[in-house]
Amino acid sequence: MTGIAMNRRGRTWWKTAIGLLLTGIMLFPVYWMLNVSFTREQDMRKSPPGLFPVHGTLEGYRAVLDQQLPYLGTSLVIGLGTVVLTVALAAPAGYALAKLRPRGGGALSFVLLAAQMIPGIIMAMGFYAIYLSLGLLQSVPGLIIADSTLAVPFAVLIFTAFMSGIPGELIQAAKTDGAGPLRTFWSIVLPMSRNAVVTVSLFAFLWSWSDFVFASTLAGGGAHEPITLGIYHYIGNNNQEWNAIMATAVVASLPAAVILVLAQRYVAAGVTAGAVKD
Amino acid sequence: MSHTTQVPHRRPVPDHSGAAPTAPPRARRRPSSQQWAAWAFLTPVTLYLVLFYAYPLYRNLDLSLRNYTVRSFVQGDAPFTGLANYRTVLDDPTFAPALLHTVVFTAVCLAFQYAIGLALAVFFNQHFRLSATLRALFLVPWLLPLIVSASTWSWMLNSDSGIVNTALHAVGIGPVNWLTSPSWSLTSVIIANIWIGVPFNLVVLHSGLQSIPAGLYEAAALDGAGAWRRFWSITFPLLRPVSAITLLLGLVYTLKVFDIIWIMTKGGPADSSTTFATWSYQLGFGNLLPAFGPGAAVGNLLVVAALVFGLIYMRVQRKQGLS
Repeated sequence: MTGIAMNRRGRTWWKTAIGLLLTGIMLFPVYWMLNVSFTREQDMRKSPPGLFPVHGTLEGYRAVLDQQLPYLGTSLVIGLGTVVLTVALAAPAGYALAKLRPRGGGALSFVLLAAQMIPGIIMAMGFYAIYLSLGLLQSVPGLIIADSTLAVPFAVLIFTAFMSGIPGELIQAAKTDGAGPLRTFWSIVLPMSRNAVVTVSLFAFLWSWSDFVFASTLAGGGAHEPITLGIYHYIGNNNQEWNAIMATAVVASLPAAVILVLAQRYVAAGVTAGAVKD
Repeated sequence: MSHTTQVPHRRPVPDHSGAAPTAPPRARRRPSSQQWAAWAFLTPVTLYLVLFYAYPLYRNLDLSLRNYTVRSFVQGDAPFTGLANYRTVLDDPTFAPALLHTVVFTAVCLAFQYAIGLALAVFFNQHFRLSATLRALFLVPWLLPLIVSASTWSWMLNSDSGIVNTALHAVGIGPVNWLTSPSWSLTSVIIANIWIGVPFNLVVLHSGLQSIPAGLYEAAALDGAGAWRRFWSITFPLLRPVSAITLLLGLVYTLKVFDIIWIMTKGGPADSSTTFATWSYQLGFGNLLPAFGPGAAVGNLLVVAALVFGLIYMRVQRKQGLS
């Protein structure tokens, strides 16, 4: 099954062909989203639908520029806020769990794993009750805090795993030179954990950008709605303009595309960390 | 970064392998200044867990034990009614279908995601040109925002103008009302969710495959075992630990799927694709008159189910990490 005898390039072209075919099938919905986003309004209900946007139009994207920019801006702000909050909370915790061996650290790791299992819809209902009394409903900070719960446990686990790999000698040397724990963390451990910071930031941003549950329960109807709600309202309001809906979907997928191109190895590392959400 | 694969499977405590061979198990007696520092670093996250995990969960539990109306929700003086909300939920005519749909949705999604993911992992584990690139492209469905996937599938499954019905028409099958017929809506959301879940299974199982020594396959090939035989005698048994992890984690995450179903069908038509997750949302937020109590009660049933399987998962993972 590993192609032991078949390693030579010339004999594996058909595997590449099958691989391309499978990838094509898997990514067909993505292609379809692009295709529909360029389709003219009058061709939308054509039967059979055009497989290629022959009379391509940008009216869908024009609608995005006209109507969706505020949503995209809100999502960007919330995403960046979630990244900052998540890294600020998780990196010190990861350092402590990996290197300072706190009493009760095992229990805390256990709680973090369990926290990841809680369905978002349950958290949303609890947050709704709390935010209602605090007046945080439909606010950007409220949504940042809620979205960060998607990423913080995962982030602590990633940081712990990564920082465990930093040689103890380095930390010992810093201590000998008179650096306190805070200094050691800030000047030695954190700079060495750049990859972990990148991985965590990518996932925190992506999850907060994609979040729909918290957005619809905590931000629905407010002045600051993220892009997921922008699309949702679109589907609900005018299900005629599917090119505009799909154009918004394409734009909303851009962060995922950027992440895939620029940081693919971090993504694979994150998925296989075995602690990832679905 | 690729070592992260294994790390969470291990308990994070005792790993200082290369660093200090002189600090054996006796290291129990640590300087207490380090303990202070450690907990100083852990304080923010601990407070965070209490405030933003424990407290919302507590509020949710509280919601499920009181008789909330919109008015008392704001004023916070709802009367304590014990398990009345849970009784309401159990007696609700939606309970049985929601339970059935949750079980069917989870089981069918898991089975297909795992089978397709495993087949693809085995395929992409071979060496051929572009294999790594194509495998990376398979991650796309998993990275897309769920609202994007859900709305794309909604349009593809549209009864009149969807590409799926067009394709079926080409092979002589009549139009299927994927999203609007009660007998097809659950199938539709299952298809979309399988599509989203395959990449996760592919990536995790693929990383598991790579830890199987190639020498085993060579030996089996020398003994004359065919590809099929090698899969069932080597790959599948040796992959069992990774499979268990993948399936259990998939189970926990599939139980709580909400976005896809809600965006595609809202649990309808006529509750035909309602699961516990969408029912809970429907009760709490989907109607003009919110029923927070019963909604929270359904949600708590879901938490219990997720945590039961989550604990099994952690047990399995820990056992594997120690052995």
